[in-house]
Parts: sequence; structure tokens; C-alpha cells
Amino acid sequence: MSRIKVKIKEQDLTKIREICQAHNNEPGELINVLQQTQEHFGYLPAEIQEAVAQELGLPVAKVYGVVTFYSFFTMIPQGRYPISICTGTACYVRGADNVLQEFKRQLGIAVGETSEDGKFSLNCLRCVGACGLAPVVLVGDKTYGRVAPDGVKDILAEYQDKE
Amino acid sequence: MENVKLTIDNKQVEVPKGTTIYKAAKQVGIDIPVLCYMNLEDIGIENKPGGCRVCSVEVEGRKNLAPACATEVFDGMDVKTHTMRVINARRTVVEFILSDHPKDCLTCKKSGNCELQDLAVRLGIREIPGQEYAEMSTYKTDYSPSIVRELDKCIMCRRCESMCNDFQTVGALNAFNRGFDAAVAPAFEMDLQYSPCTYCGQCVAVCPTGALTEVDHSRDLIDAISDPNTTVVAQTAPAVRAALGEEFGQEPGTLVTGKMVSALRRLGFDYVFDTDFAADLTIMEEGTELLDRLKRHLDGDQDVKLPMLTSCCPAWVRFIEHHFPDMKDIPSSARSPQQMFGSIAKTYFADKIETKRENMVVVSIMPCLAKKYESQREEFSVEGNPDVDFSVSTRELAHLIREANFNLMDMPEEDFDRPMGESTGAGVIFGTTGGVIEAATRTAYEMHTGGNLDGNIDFEQLRGFEGIRKATVDFNGTPINIGIAHGLGNARKLLEAIRSGESEFHAIEIMACPGGCIGGGGQPLHHNDTTILKARQKAIYEEDKNKPIRKSHENPEIQTLYKEFLGEAMGEKAHELLHTNYFDISRKIEIS
Repeated sequence: MSRIKVKIKEQDLTKIREICQAHNNEPGELINVLQQTQEHFGYLPAEIQEAVAQELGLPVAKVYGVVTFYSFFTMIPQGRYPISICTGTACYVRGADNVLQEFKRQLGIAVGETSEDGKFSLNCLRCVGACGLAPVVLVGDKTYGRVAPDGVKDILAEYQDKE
Repeated sequence: MENVKLTIDNKQVEVPKGTTIYKAAKQVGIDIPVLCYMNLEDIGIENKPGGCRVCSVEVEGRKNLAPACATEVFDGMDVKTHTMRVINARRTVVEFILSDHPKDCLTCKKSGNCELQDLAVRLGIREIPGQEYAEMSTYKTDYSPSIVRELDKCIMCRRCESMCNDFQTVGALNAFNRGFDAAVAPAFEMDLQYSPCTYCGQCVAVCPTGALTEVDHSRDLIDAISDPNTTVVAQTAPAVRAALGEEFGQEPGTLVTGKMVSALRRLGFDYVFDTDFAADLTIMEEGTELLDRLKRHLDGDQDVKLPMLTSCCPAWVRFIEHHFPDMKDIPSSARSPQQMFGSIAKTYFADKIETKRENMVVVSIMPCLAKKYESQREEFSVEGNPDVDFSVSTRELAHLIREANFNLMDMPEEDFDRPMGESTGAGVIFGTTGGVIEAATRTAYEMHTGGNLDGNIDFEQLRGFEGIRKATVDFNGTPINIGIAHGLGNARKLLEAIRSGESEFHAIEIMACPGGCIGGGGQPLHHNDTTILKARQKAIYEEDKNKPIRKSHENPEIQTLYKEFLGEAMGEKAHELLHTNYFDISRKIEIS
């Protein structure tokens, strides 16, 4: 029998310690800690969750439970241009699903995945509070309203030459 | 405390403020059906996520139905538990749960003992509307050395999570994902064997369905018995005899020792021995070790580790290896009775009957699921041949007895074989919380003082059911402080006190399960009735009282074993065969 070893980069562990300490290593602050950790790393891979669990004195199963419960958290690295398609009620009835299918077709990835070149990731969210513009698509911080399936190509083209 | 008055099904009830509808109804004899709800009153664990909604009732003036398990009563409340609306809702809820549940009841391990199946029977569910369109969640099945997880059968009651996190503080299991993807699992859905699971089996003990069950070794056992060239030796743990009767309709607390022995003999075991014999042997080794540590401590040795912790419980051992690896030197190095038995059976006894260890199969009948794992630990084998080949649970033995078409209660009373079937009352009480330390005290007291306890053998101050107990026993002028914990959450509290230097104990007994082995994960299911555990405890003390010899060091076969074979307690041979050491298996975060 031997120990189970989890490898992590020193600067990553230092950053996690810094975030946890800012919350007094309080187990009840788990969600806030995870939010800031994801903000820094872009996603929450297993070793990062292990380190958060250790710092807050929580079972890692609990951390994993929270990460998988909230759709905001992700264990997959996001693309440099994360695409979010609103599938809330208003957007849905105005054809968000067709828009989503078109993004999937053009990018060749499923919801929750990231394109091979790391440029785009695809996710759904529920209502961004811009129902008047339904269906709504977000790319990073930029909002696109009244998106139709045939407009998907143009949106992606905007990022063609960007790194 | 302030009381509130309410009406349930037109019956007046008065209960303390804060009581739930479910409990208030129970008080007037109304048994509201529940599924996810679990209340283990004697150990202070209540699971009421209000998730399944089977306990829905109608509350006058409230628009939606209320979950009775999680809704507190208020003054003037008017509750109806069997209106058409309630009956329809309850039925729909169960139909929905069943629509996402495998329909392999005929061959499911939990068949006949499943709370979901019982509920379907109680509500007379004969079809599941819309089954052909229903989404079904699927997961891989996970086999660990002790526990099988079939998550297809998980209904998200989260009882296992309550036991694993709140009672045991092990933290191996947690709910993850949402909707159809939701289930309870270790982090990253890793297999249980890589998680901090201790195999205590308390998740299995409370699982209402077939999602969590034991690894079944009964077929291996039948193969061994069927092989004419194999000598099959049984050892039965003390807690089994106090619970096996329940599987055959007996009242909890019915002792079936003699009937169990004859059933095992008729099943085809060549020798039916008693783990209690090995418990007496454990006391010889552990008691000697305790006295040795105490003597060195009193002589001013600063390096001696005190308090000494018992080491009989494999779930507890795995807990310290996972969660307190810095303290792995404080448990006694004595192996557990199961392993001492195996070790002696395959040496001393094998020599006596002129058999090679390869031709002998040692089977343990245990109230425990962690014993399955313990028997597979590498250090407990010689050149790949394990000291204990299989460990089967009380439940598995009951299945075997039924399969063989025996009625346990019609069996004649028979005695264990000799030499390894001779045991004392001290060996018997190993099955309950407080028992190991009481057995050790009986022997250590007499060894230390050279006196005789005579009639003062019942150390009542060590007995009971509270999670943590403390007592001081006077060893002829030397006060010995003893601590007892059952449940790993309680053990954790004692360990943290030791770590911070606040502990004044000389010896501590720890058992992982509620009530000790009598509440083990392999016992007949208590279905949330913890009074059953107390009845088993009573039976254990009764068996002790009825034994002609009640101190381990007075067991004549143990005396012979030392004389003929082992030599001194804690001597060279004893060290090789009866002691062990512990490992650090904690998760470690390393810089890459």
C-alpha cells in the first residue's frame, strides 16, 4: 500500500493558498473560493480541486460535488473565446436550439467542449437578462442579439484572424 | 419546552415546537411512508433532505404538498395524510423513481430486503406509465475489496453521504452532478479503492436499495467446501451470534450460538472454530503490550507512545492510515482477532492435523465488510497464500443457510470444535463498543496487580452506548484512564485531542460502527431501528455472563498454545505471527 500522490505546480499551489487565506480558510467559503480560483485558472482541474480541499480542510469529494453541481464551474479548459448560448425560455422559443446546432456543426464540438486549437469553447446558459434581444449569444464579454443560424458563420469569422 | 397543538387526520396531537409532521404523526400511530428519510436516533444521525417527496402530505392553507419528514409543525396546523391528492402524488413520485430504476428485482442482491421494493408493494404499483419514453441513467459498477456500488440503483436519498460524512467524517462519498447524471460517488468518480473509504460499510447498512452492497464470497466458499482435498475451517465473530437469528424471524437480541455452529457443520465446514478464541489471544498480546507501554511510561520513558489505541477494527485502522498518518504508531501492533486466527490456523493448527497451508481454506463469518478488505491486505499472506481466504458477512451466512434449506431455529445446539473453539466471556464482548477494553482491563489488571478480580469482573463504567465514554480504573493505586469511541467521527475527536496534547488517556478503544461490531456493515439490516443494536449489545453481555471462564488469560487452550507453540506473549514467534505495522496511505499533494 502506498500514498496517492497528486502533482501540482508550485506557483499554482501558492495562488490557491492566497485565495483560500483571503477567505480565512473557511470551509463555508468554498463557492467563493472556487469562483476566484476558476477566475484565475480559467477552469478547475482535479489537482486544483485537491489543493482547495486540502487548504479548506474539506473532503475532495465535497469540492467535486459542488464543482459538478453548478454549471458555472468547469473542469475543462475554456477556449480563448468562450461562446455561451442562452437557452433560457425566451431565447429557446425564438430558436436558440437551431443556433446552438449550427455552432456545434461549424466548430465540430459538443456543448461543454473546447475546440482543438483552444480557440473556442461552447456552453449553454440560462438567461442573461436580455430577452428583448433573443436569441442571445455571448462570445467572451461581447453580446450578440437576434442571432439566426445563418449568422453563426459571421460571428466566428470575427475571430478568424485573432490569436 | 413550548408545545404546539395540531390535527393530523382529525386526530389531536400535542408535540414540542420544532417537531416535524412525520414525527408528530408517528406519535398518534400514523406511519407516513418515507424513502430518503432516515433517523438513527441513538447515534444522533438524521437524514432529511426532503428529496424524494414520498412523505408528501396536505397542509390546510398551504398551496403545495409538504414533505412530512422536513416540515415543522405549527400551532393549529391541520394535516391530512391520505387525501386522494396525497395518494396520487405519492404514487406518481414512486412511479417516477421506478421509471429510472433497473427492473432486475428477481436477481438483485437486495431483493426481499429493499425499501424501494417494499414501497412499490405497499402502494400496489403494477405498471409504470410512460416507461417506454423514460430516460434511464446509467453508470459503471464499481467493485472494491469490500463494497460493490451499482449506481444505476441509486435513488439519491443521500443516506450513505450522511453516514460517510456526518457520522464517520471519512468524506469518501458525495453527491455530484445534477438531474439524471446525479449520483453519489467519490471525488472525480474514482473507484472506491482509491478514495479515503475505510470500508466500514455503514453506507451499505443504510442504503435503501441495491445501489450499495457487499462483495459476495459465498460462491467461493461453496467451491472450497466442494473440494475434497481442501480442509475448510470456519471462524465466527462474536457479534454474528447476537444478530443471525434476526434473519430467521427471531427477536433482536436472540443468541443463536449453538444453532449457528451446527448449521456451519452441516454446511460442510471441516472445523467450526470461534474468532472469540483469537480475541482471547489478542488480549494476551494487546494486554501485554499495554502493560509494557504503561510500565515504561511510569518509569519515565519519554519515547513511549501513550495512549495505546486498540487495533481490532480494520475500518478504524484504515481511517488512521488515511486521515491521521502521523499517528500511525499509536495503535497496538497486535493484529485483529480475524487475522490472528488465520495466522494460527495455518501454522499451529495445520501442523496439528498435518495439513499444508495451501490445502487449508480459512473462512471468517463477520458482522463486518472491512474484514473482507483486511483479509486481502498483503502483509497478511505468506507467499501469496492469505491467512484468511474469505470473509463472509452475517447476511451472506444467512443466505447460505436458507439456500441449504435449513431452518436455523430447528438446528440442534452444538459446541465449537477444539482447540480453536475454546473461548472466554472476554472474547465474546469484543463484539460491542467497550468490550475490547473491558476484556483487556480484566487481564491487564490481574497481570499488573497479581491479584484476582473474583466477582468484580463487570466493569460497568466501560459499558453503554454514548459515542464517547471515559472511565478511570484503579489498578491497585495506579489510576488508568480509559477512553472509548464508536463511530469514526467520535474517534476523530479523541485523535485530535491526542494530537494537541490534551488527552490524558492511557488506553483508548475505537470501533468504527455504531455500537461496535454489533452494528457492523455486514449485519442483518436494522432499517433505521437502532434499538436493534442495543438488543444485540445486551445479548453479547448475556453470553459473557453465561461463560464459565470470563478472563482471556484463563482460557486453557490459549495457555496450551503459548506453552506448545508461541512461547512468550510479545515474544519472537508471537511478534512474527500476531503483530503488524501500519502505513501512511493518505493523499499527498506534491509540487511537480
